[in-house]
Order: sequence, then structure tokens, then C-alpha cells
Amino acid sequence: MRRNIWLAMLLVFIVPAMLLTVSCAKKEMAVEEPVVQAAPEPVVQEPEPVVEEPSEEIGPSEEELREQARAAAEEAARQAALGAFTQQHILFAFDSSALTPAAQQILKIKAELMMANTGINATIEGHCDARGTEAYNIALGERRAEAAKTFLVDLGVDPRRLTTISYGEERLLELGNTEEAHEANRRCQFLID
Amino acid sequence: MMKKRNILSTTVLFVLFLLLPARVSAQVKFIDLTNPFLRKIPMAVPVFKAMGDSGDEARLVVEIADQVAAMLEFTGYFALLDRGAFLYDPKKGGITAADLKFANWTAVGAELLITGGVQFQDGALNLEMRLFDTVKASLLIGKRYNGRPDDQRTIVKRFCTEVIHLLTKNRGFFNSRIAFISTGNGHKELYVCEFDGTGVQQITQKKSITTTPDWSSDGRHMAFTSFARGAAQIYVHDLASGIETHFRYRGVQISPRWAPGRFELAATLSFAGDQEIYLLTGGGKMIKRLTQSPGIDVEPSWSPNGKRIAFVSKRAGTPQIYVKDLESGQTYRLTYQGRYNTQPSWSPKGDKIAYSSMENGQLDIYVIDIEGNHPIKLTHNQGDNEAPTWSPDGSLIAFSSTREGGSRIFVMTAFGTDQRRLLVLPGKQSHPRWSPNLTP
Repeated sequence: MRRNIWLAMLLVFIVPAMLLTVSCAKKEMAVEEPVVQAAPEPVVQEPEPVVEEPSEEIGPSEEELREQARAAAEEAARQAALGAFTQQHILFAFDSSALTPAAQQILKIKAELMMANTGINATIEGHCDARGTEAYNIALGERRAEAAKTFLVDLGVDPRRLTTISYGEERLLELGNTEEAHEANRRCQFLID
Repeated sequence: MMKKRNILSTTVLFVLFLLLPARVSAQVKFIDLTNPFLRKIPMAVPVFKAMGDSGDEARLVVEIADQVAAMLEFTGYFALLDRGAFLYDPKKGGITAADLKFANWTAVGAELLITGGVQFQDGALNLEMRLFDTVKASLLIGKRYNGRPDDQRTIVKRFCTEVIHLLTKNRGFFNSRIAFISTGNGHKELYVCEFDGTGVQQITQKKSITTTPDWSSDGRHMAFTSFARGAAQIYVHDLASGIETHFRYRGVQISPRWAPGRFELAATLSFAGDQEIYLLTGGGKMIKRLTQSPGIDVEPSWSPNGKRIAFVSKRAGTPQIYVKDLESGQTYRLTYQGRYNTQPSWSPKGDKIAYSSMENGQLDIYVIDIEGNHPIKLTHNQGDNEAPTWSPDGSLIAFSSTREGGSRIFVMTAFGTDQRRLLVLPGKQSHPRWSPNLTP
């Protein structure tokens, strides 16, 4: 029980804080304005005020109310974390499948979420920008997805919970021939199966 | 479709109308094969002569002459002269050497002349066509063909093949087709058309992403990569029956290329963890592994004799083209210029490899000697140009280009001249793949 509270706290406060850190880290690295995927604001539900007076009426006990509030907060935090899991992409340099420090930070959060939620499995999609040629990009996209998978497995995620798929340059996130569009397209996306 | 074509073509009887004296063909030296497109040979194809007086003939004399002219002009060897300048009335003028005034043709600049006679009677199409050397006032080819109306294009192809064979000593490409990917219905589907962009046919209906098609040597099977079942998988499609199989390997399955003359293909698979090129049967059974190098190995392209492959590897840090001898196992790096060289395509003569190279984010097509010398850039400053594929005689290269906005298919000579759009279709077209000459 105590562990769950701690976990909820972690997810509600630390996760957004880490996301913020990641964004900052990225800003320092990129010369041009980085494409930041906005994580949804976690919906934080304050526990309802505890009723001091003892009551003889039949109804939820203090303990039960507290428990419900905790569960609600926990679920909200979980949903926020899952949302961030699928909306935070990791980005790559051109023609590279090497994980940048920023990508590694994001992957650590994803690893923690997966280890805290053992019921979920994930698919890692590897994508490329529009500039290369198609077959090579399917191979490159696979290497990106596999690099992300290996990193998560090294952090303790069961490899059986992770599937990789490469789309090469077939599913561009940003159209257009700008450096920003290319950067946003060179990514791994994460789906919860 | 294929079956129908076979039946039809067997009904075409073609008769050697006038036997050529052997010395004539030996003397013909019109096309300088070291650079055949440097000087186009001026050619005249006047309206053919109606041998009877039916309305069909009146139509066909123009239509068939236009067809012959367009087909020969497509090769890039000839400059077709404007009929308006001709000193010739097809209704009165003759079509044989005895009746032609060659001085009238040399006067308008024609060095080659094609005349034709059309007879359309009782559902039978009788065509006679002749090729003349106007300077020497001599007949080079004379043929008469009897067929049905449906055979018209087949007959024109046969005559044009005779012309090209006489002038270049090879069989041209008039019996070839081009496969390509088009997004006409909103998805990347496989299509095929004739060598000149006519007769477009949609092959797949996967409503998915289909890409990198390749023809088997006999033209019966098409291999391609499709995402129809989720991940990229290789499919083998029987064009006559439409029967299709897909390969079953974990990981990606990319860039299948048929081995010359065999029901086998080379393709990249990653089931073993690393992306390597394997030799597989057309049914997808493993024969053997062809590359042994960590990192990306993709896009095999067979040498015409099937003994070597060119392929793309990232083993030196950037994608470059390598050549591997499959018997000795020896591999050498072909490209050193630039940091992104992919999509090798081995020429039918075996002496060159065309490929796509990226410079400053833009793709252009190059041709390089098989020894790795003299890379020559064939496209310049006109959007992205990629996916080169050779015509079966090696004279032309088809490719995709974004020079007009969306990706379209273009054709140029192997020397980069005469770049033109192949066909007009809705959506975007990419990944052209030229077939061998097919028996119609």
C-alpha cells in the first residue's frame, strides 16, 4: 500500500519534472528550435479532506474514502504517464540509429513505466525522414527501433513485452522539406498494445 | 490478359517481303554506339498509303504511321521530321524504292525514311513497311505483316524492333514493360505499363504500402515489399493467375531482386538479428546467406550473368555501394564519392551500375563503371531523382523525380539526355522497374 502511494507520487510529480528536464536538455543541444511533443497535463486529483468527526452512519469509512481518493489519483497519474509514453518520441540524427542522451532520458522513463505496469506490452515503431531512399530507410528504421528496444531491455524490461516494426519513410509525422520536419520524422514512436 | 496476348500474337504472320542483300546490313553504320544520342538521325515517317478505299484505312494510315514514329522517337536515336515540310503526297506517291524520289527526302534533311501501306479488309489487317537509306537510295528493311486489328501494336513493335536491330545490333526494348508504384487510389499499389507508359494496369489492391517491385526474368512473377500484414514483408505475385505468396521470416524483409534466369531471389532479411542479404527460392525457402557484415546490407542488384551482386552496405559508416563475387566471396567497394549512395542497378550489358546519390539533401542519379571509375551525374538541380532502372537493351534509364512537384516517373537516355515524363496518372508514382523483353 505504502509503495503504491510512493509510486503515485513518483508518477504525478517526478515524471512531469523529468519530462521538463528532457525538454530543457534538448533545447540546449539543438541549435534550431526543437520539435517538442507536448505531454498532456497530468490531472492531479487532491485527496478529499478527511472528515474528522466520527460518524455512526453507514457509509464509506475514513479508510475507504482515503483509499478511493488514492486509487483515483493513482489512476489519473497512470493515464498521464501512459499518455506521455505514447506521445514522447525519441529523435535521431540523420542516417543514425545511435541513441542521443535526450533519447536515453526518455527511454529511462518509459522503462520505469513498463516495469511499474507489468500488464502492458509495447510496440516500438522506427521511422526515418523523407530524404533517404526507401529500402535503406526501412532497414534504418528497424535499427532505430531495435536500438530503443535493446536499451529498454538493458534497463530490465522483459524483451517479450516489446515488439519492433519499421516503417522507413512511409509514415512521416511532418510533411515539408524543412530541417525541423526532417528532425521530427527521424524518430521512434511507442504504442501500447 | 497474358493468355489472350499469346493467342493473338500467334495469329500474326509476318513474311519477309524482300530479302535483304547481306552486304546492306553490313554497311549500315548510322548509330555510333559509343554515344548514340549525341547526334540524332533525321528520320521521316510520312503518312502511310491506303491500299484500298475503306474509311478504316483512311484512319489507320495516319494512326499506324504515328505509332511507328512515336515508338522509334522514344528510343532517343532519331529526330522525327515534321510532315508539313515533306515534298510528298502519300495518296499519290509510291512507297517502294522504284516509286520514291529520294532527292525529295534528302532535300528535307531525312537520312532514313519509313514508308508503309495499309490494307484493311474482311477483318484482316495487312501492313507493309519499309525502311530506306535516303542518301544511298537503298532499301534497308522491307516487311509485310498479316494479322487482325488487335495485332496492330504488336506488328508495329515487330517492325520497329527490326529497325533497331539493324541499326544497333540489339533487340531494343519494345517488348518490355515497366512496373511502378502509384498512389492513385490513396495507397501505394503496384502497377505495370508498356515501355512507353501506355496500357497502365493496376496489379495489387492491398490498400497498404507496397514498394520496390522487381520482375522475374521471364516476366511471369513480380516480387515486392508490402506492409499489408503489418511489417514489411516480401510478396511474390504470379501475374497471370494473380496468386500471391508472402515470405515468413521475423524482422524486416526488404528489396527482393530476382536472380537472372532463375526462380530465386536475393533479399534483405533481419531474422538473425542483423540485416543481411540472403538467396531464397521464389517460394521463400532459404538457400544461403550472401553477405556477412554487421550493419545494414540492402538492395542487391544482380550482374546480368548472375555471378555477382551489387548492394548497399553501411559497413564503412555511410551507405555505399559494394560489389560481391558470389563464387570467390570477394567484395570491393564501388562508390567513394559522396556520403549516401544507394539503389544500385546493374546495366544489362554488365559494364555499368546506375545508382542514387544524395548531396546536400538532394538525390540524383549517377552511372559508374563496374571498376568504380568515372561516376557521372545524369540529373541536375531538378528535385529528387532516384530509383534508376535500365531498359533491357541498356539504352534508356527510367527513374522517379520530384521535378514537377510530386514524384513522377521519367525516362532518359543512358547518357542523361532526353529526360521526359513517362506517363500522366493521378497520385504519385515511384519505383519504376523495367522488365526484360517479354515474349508477347
